[in-house]
Amino acid sequence: MGLVLLVGVSGSGKSTFGARHFAPSQVISSDFCRALVSDDESDQSATKDAFDVLHYIVGTRLRRGLLTVVDATNVQRDARAALIRLAKDHDVLVDAIVLDVPEQVAIARNRARAERPFGDHVVTRQARELRRSMSRLRKEGFRRVHVLAGAEEIEAAQVVPERSWNDRRDLTGPFDVIGDVHGCRAELETLLADLGWELERDEAGRPVGAAHPEGRTAVFVGDLVDRGPDTPGVLRLVMGMVGSGAALCVSGNHEAKLVRALKGHAVRPTHGLAESLAQLAAESDDFRAATLRFLDGLISHYVLDEGRLVVAHAGLKEAYHGRSSGRVRAFALYGDTTGETDEYGLPVRYPWAREYRGRATVVYGHTPVPTAEWVNNTICLDTGVVFGGALTALRYPSRELVSVPAEREWYAPVRPLAPAVPDREPSVLDVRDVTGTQWVETGLAGRVKVPGVNAAAALEVLSRFAVDPRWLVYLPPTMSPAQSPPSGSAAPAREGLLEHPEQAFAEYAAAGVTRVVCEEKHMGSRAVAVLARDPSAAERRFGVGDGSTGVVHTRTGRAFFTGETGTALVERLRERCGPLFAELETDWLVLDCELLPWSAKALGLIREQFAAVGAAAAASFPALDSVLEAAAGRGLDVADLAAWSRHRAGNAAAFRDAYAAYCEPTAGLDGVRVAPFQVLAAQGRALALTEPHPWHLERLAGLGGDLVVPTRHRFVDLSSTVERQEATAWWEELTAGGGEGMVVKPAHPVGPRVQPGLKVRGRDYLRLVYGPDYLDALDALRERSLGRKRSLALREHALGLEALTRFVGGEPLWRVHQAVAGVLALESEPVDPRL
Amino acid sequence: MLLTISTTHEPATDLGYLLHKHPDRVQEFDQSFGRAVVFYPEASEQRCTAALVLQVDPARLARSRGRRSPDFSLAQHVNDRSYAASSLLAVALADVFGTARSGRCRSRQELADAAIPLRIEVPVLPCRGGPDLARRVFAPLGWRVEAEPVPLDERFPEWGDSRYVRLTLSGEVRLADALNQLHVLLPVLDESKHYWQGTDEIDKLLRSGGDWLAGHPERELITRRYLGRGGGLASVALARLAELGGDLAEDPAEDSPEPVRAPLRAQRREAVVALLSGLGATSVLDLGCGTGELLAALLARPEFARVTGVDVSARTLQAAERRIGLDRMGERQASRLTLFQGALTYRDERFAGYDAAVLMEVVEHVDPPRLEAVERVVFGEARPGAVVVTTPNREYNVRYPGLAGSPNGLRHPDHRFEWTRAEFAHWCARVGAQWGYTVEARGIGEPDDQVGAPTQLGVFRRD
Repeated sequence: MGLVLLVGVSGSGKSTFGARHFAPSQVISSDFCRALVSDDESDQSATKDAFDVLHYIVGTRLRRGLLTVVDATNVQRDARAALIRLAKDHDVLVDAIVLDVPEQVAIARNRARAERPFGDHVVTRQARELRRSMSRLRKEGFRRVHVLAGAEEIEAAQVVPERSWNDRRDLTGPFDVIGDVHGCRAELETLLADLGWELERDEAGRPVGAAHPEGRTAVFVGDLVDRGPDTPGVLRLVMGMVGSGAALCVSGNHEAKLVRALKGHAVRPTHGLAESLAQLAAESDDFRAATLRFLDGLISHYVLDEGRLVVAHAGLKEAYHGRSSGRVRAFALYGDTTGETDEYGLPVRYPWAREYRGRATVVYGHTPVPTAEWVNNTICLDTGVVFGGALTALRYPSRELVSVPAEREWYAPVRPLAPAVPDREPSVLDVRDVTGTQWVETGLAGRVKVPGVNAAAALEVLSRFAVDPRWLVYLPPTMSPAQSPPSGSAAPAREGLLEHPEQAFAEYAAAGVTRVVCEEKHMGSRAVAVLARDPSAAERRFGVGDGSTGVVHTRTGRAFFTGETGTALVERLRERCGPLFAELETDWLVLDCELLPWSAKALGLIREQFAAVGAAAAASFPALDSVLEAAAGRGLDVADLAAWSRHRAGNAAAFRDAYAAYCEPTAGLDGVRVAPFQVLAAQGRALALTEPHPWHLERLAGLGGDLVVPTRHRFVDLSSTVERQEATAWWEELTAGGGEGMVVKPAHPVGPRVQPGLKVRGRDYLRLVYGPDYLDALDALRERSLGRKRSLALREHALGLEALTRFVGGEPLWRVHQAVAGVLALESEPVDPRL
Repeated sequence: MLLTISTTHEPATDLGYLLHKHPDRVQEFDQSFGRAVVFYPEASEQRCTAALVLQVDPARLARSRGRRSPDFSLAQHVNDRSYAASSLLAVALADVFGTARSGRCRSRQELADAAIPLRIEVPVLPCRGGPDLARRVFAPLGWRVEAEPVPLDERFPEWGDSRYVRLTLSGEVRLADALNQLHVLLPVLDESKHYWQGTDEIDKLLRSGGDWLAGHPERELITRRYLGRGGGLASVALARLAELGGDLAEDPAEDSPEPVRAPLRAQRREAVVALLSGLGATSVLDLGCGTGELLAALLARPEFARVTGVDVSARTLQAAERRIGLDRMGERQASRLTLFQGALTYRDERFAGYDAAVLMEVVEHVDPPRLEAVERVVFGEARPGAVVVTTPNREYNVRYPGLAGSPNGLRHPDHRFEWTRAEFAHWCARVGAQWGYTVEARGIGEPDDQVGAPTQLGVFRRD
C-alpha cells in the first residue's frame, strides 16, 4: 500500500506514464474527477469540487490499504501538501515521481490535443511553479522523490513495487513469540530450551545464537533491555538469532530510549536504563556499536503469516496494521496513551484491546500482567519476569503458552502487576457487533447475511430479555417440516394427514442419506442448558464471576426461571449430568433440550392464544345449537347449518384436547422435566458439529432420575421398507397418544444443503398451529411453500454451530455473540409461523 | 358468530318488517369471509327472535389478509373469529340489516321510529376490559346489561375467566339505534379489527354514532378503540420472536396499567427538565427515551442545543418521531434532535460527549444481573458530565391500592424490580463511588410522611 504522486506540467506525459506502469483502477486523475462532477474534464470552474472527489476516492483507497497513484499536475506546493496530509492521515508512505520534460515539448503536446483548449501560458506558469518546487520537494514529507528528467528517462523508467519493512506476510512460521525479557538472560535461555531451541555459544560459553530443529522462528516483542541483570547477554543472544534469520525482533520503548542514550542524547537514566548503560560500559566498543546498529534498525511492528499475525511491543489497533507513520510507531512502542499519568506516575493507557475487532492475532508485551490472557484475539506476553514474575512465550499457530518463572525478583516493581484487561466485562460488547447489516462467516455455510432490520429486532430482544451474553453461546435454529410430495401423488397412507413420516424419509433418501434417527418430539419448550461444574469453571470458561454456575434459556435467550428456581434447576441438572462431565473430561457442558411441560413456560401463550379460542368455541356452539333446535322445531330447514355446527364443534373439541394434553400443573420446579437430546459442546469440542446423533443419544441415555427424561428414538435404514413402516407405526402410536410427533435427522454428518432435521407433527397437534378446522382445507395446505423456512433453517443452523465453534475455540465474546445474535435476527424474519 | 334480537312488542312478528327479513324463511347472505344466515328460532305474537349466524370459513379469512398484514403470526390462523361476536359480526350486521339500521321501514315507519322492548343476546362477546366495561359502554345508552364472564377452560379452573362475556341487553330502544350501537360497539369491546383502517373510518364512526356517541360518557374510549392504533410492520418481527419464546408480544410503552397517572408523569418530566437546566446542560442524552415525552419538553427550551433520544425499540423510536413531529420541524430545530436505536447493555461510542444523560424510569426494566453492564456503559464508557436517574419508590406502592392485583406486585409488568428509598440510596452511593460521580438523591411528587415520594430521583455529577 502507499500513495504515489505524479508531478509534472500539463503535457508532461503523466497519464501515459500511469497507464503504462499501474493498473487503471490504481490511477486517479484530476481530469477524470473533473469530468465526474462537471461532464467536462477541462472545466476549470469545477476544479475545487473535482479535488474534493479525488481526495475522497484516494482516502477511501488508502483506508482500504490499496496502492494509489494521483495523476494531477501537483506542481503547486499546496496541492501536494493536501495529498501528503491525506497519506499521513492513513498512515501510509508517499512517493513522488517527477516527470520533468522541456516546456516546449509539453506545449507542443498540448497544442496537438483538442480537449486542452488552454493557452501556452498555462504550461509556462506550471513549469515555473515546478522549477520553484524542485529544490524543496525532498523536504515536504515524501519518502522518496524520483525525478525523471527528459522524455528519454521517462521512457526508460521502470516501476518496481517494494514491500514495506513491516510486511513479512511471506513468513508463515511456526513462531515462538517471546515476551518482555528485560535483561533476564538466564530465564531466556531456560525458556528457549523448554521450547526446543538449541543454543549456540561462543568460546566463553556465552549464548550467541540459537536454532530450532523444527525450523521455528522466534519473535521478540521488544524490551529486551533494561532493569535486568544481563542486558548485554540477552542482546548478544537475540542479535545472533536475528542475524541468522532465526528470529525477528520489534523495538520496545526501552530499546528506543537506549538508542537515544547510546547516541549521546540527554536521557534520564530511569526505569532501569542506568543498569543497561552500566552493563554495556563493560562491553567492547565493537559490541556497543553493534548494539546501537541493531537497536536502531528495529522496526516497530511486523505483519506475519499472510496477515494473520501482528507483533508489536505495545500492541496495535487494526487500522495501523502494516502502516507506517510516526503515530503508528508511537502506538506500537508506547500503546494508546492518553497523556495522563496514574498514581505511580506511569502513563495511563487506553485499553485498545477491548475494542479490537480485527481478524489478525495481535501479540504484544509492554504492560506486565499476572498471567497472559486472550482479549479479543490479542494477548499480552509480558508476565513481568524482571519483577519476579515469569517469562512467557506463545507458540503460534497452536496458541500454546509456555512460561518459565523468574529465578528471583530482579527489580522492584513500581506498581503491582495490572490484571489483564478482562475479555469478560459485559461492556466489552459493542453495539456495532450486533447492529446494522452483518455478514457472519460460518464454517458450514459460508458468509451468512443478517439484514439490519432483523438485527434491530434481535437487539431489542437480546437487551431486554436475554440472559447475560457470556452464557449465551448457542441458539437453536428453526426446523422445517418435510416437503410434501407433488400434488396428485399423495399415497393412500397420507390421506387425511398434512405431515407424514414417509415425506421425511423420502426427502432424506433423495438427498443420499442412508440412515436416519427418529426422535420423539416432546411438546415442551426448546431449552439450552449451559452448565459449569463449579463457580471457578464458570469464571474460567465463561468469565462469569458472580458465583453463578449456569443457565437454562429459551430459544430466544430468555431464562426459563429466575432467581432461586433458576439456580436450583441448574444445580439439579448438573447433578444429573455428573456422568457426562466425567466421561467427556470437561468442566462445562452445553445441552440442547426440551423443557416440559409446555405450560411451565408458555402458560401465558396457552391461555391467551389457545385456551381463549377454545373458550369462545366452547361457549358458542351450545348457544347456536339451542337456537337451531328452536328453529327446527318451528319447521325451518336448518339441517345443513346444524350439521355444520356439529362438525365445527367436534373440531373445536379436538383442538381443546390438543393443548390440554401439554398442560400440567407446575409449582417452582415441581413437575418440570428436561429432555436432553444433544450434547452441543464441552471443553475443547463442538460436539454438535463433530459427533453424529447416535453418539449423542447414547451419551444421554444414561442420565435418568426425576428431572431428566429420555428422548425415545429409533434408527431407520432408509433402504428398508419394513423399518420405514415400523417407524411410521411408532409415529402413529406417539401421536395418537397426544404426542406432538417426531423429528427425523440424518444419523451421520451430511452436507451443507441437507436439512439438519425435519419435523413430522401429529394430526391433532397440528390443530394448534393450523387452527381447529385445518383438516377441512388439506389440499390447499399441502401446497404450502417451505422454501423460505428451509433456507432459514440451514442458515440458522450454520450460525448456531458457528457460535459454538467460536466459543469452543476460545474466540472473543463478541465473535460468539455476533453469531448468536445472527440466529435470533434471522428468527425474526416473517415466515409462516405454522411451519 | 351468533347474535339474537328479540322483542315482546306485540305483535312481535312485526320484527320481521323492521328487519326486512321474513320470520318464516332461512336467508343466506354471502360475506367476504363466509356466509351470514338469518332465521327466527321463535316467532309468535308475544315474542319474536331473529338470529344472525355467521359461518366463518377460516381458510377464506386467512387468505383475505396478505403476508403484509399486521399480525402475520399464529393468531392469523388460530383465532376466535369463527366463534366470537367480533368486527366480522358487526360488518355482517350492517350488511344484512342495512335498511333497518337506517331506521326506514315503509310498512311500519312508526314502529321503526319508536323505542320498543328489545332483548339482544350475544353468547360470546370478546370484551377487553371485562364485564364491567360492557356495562360502562351499554348502560348509558339505556340498556339493562347482563354480562357474564366465560371461563377459559373448566378443566383448568385456576386459569380463571376468558376475555369473553355472555352479553344480554334489554331495554326500550329504537331498533335502528340498537343496530348502530352494536355495529360500533362490538369492535370497540373486541378492540381488534379484521380489516385495515383508513381515514374513512372516522366518517363511518360519525355516521353510526352521530346521534348517541357525542353524549356518551365513554366516548373517548369508544373513539380511541374504534379507530384503533395503527399496527406497524415493525411489530411483526417482535411479535414473532415473542411467540417463539413462548410469550405474548407485549407493548409496555403503550399499554401501561401503571396506576401512576398523568400528573406524576408530568411532575417527573418537569422536575428532570428543571434539573437539567439547573445543571447548565446544553447537550442531553435521553437513554430509553420511549415515545419522546422528555425529548419534546427539552426541545421546547432553547438552552438545550443538542438533544438525543435512544431507545432499544425501533418501533418506539418511530412513535417518538411521530409524536415530536420531526418531519414537520424546520431544519434548524430538527438539527437539534437525534434519535437512534441503542441498547444500554452494549458499549456505544455514540453515547459519549454529552453534558448530561437521563435514565428516566429505565433502570427498573433491566434484569438485576445486567444492571452492572448498564452502569459500565453509562458511567464508565459514555461518562457524561451528569447522569439523572429516576425510578419508582417501591415503598410508595402501598398508596396504589390497584397494585394489589398486579402479577408482580410492581407498577408495570415489565419492571424487573423496584427499589425502596434505602436500596436506591445504596445503589446510587455504590455507583457514584465506583465511577467517580458525586450523588444526590431525592424524591419527585407529593411526598408521603411514611413512605416518601412516589418517584425517586438520583443526580450524579462527575467529579
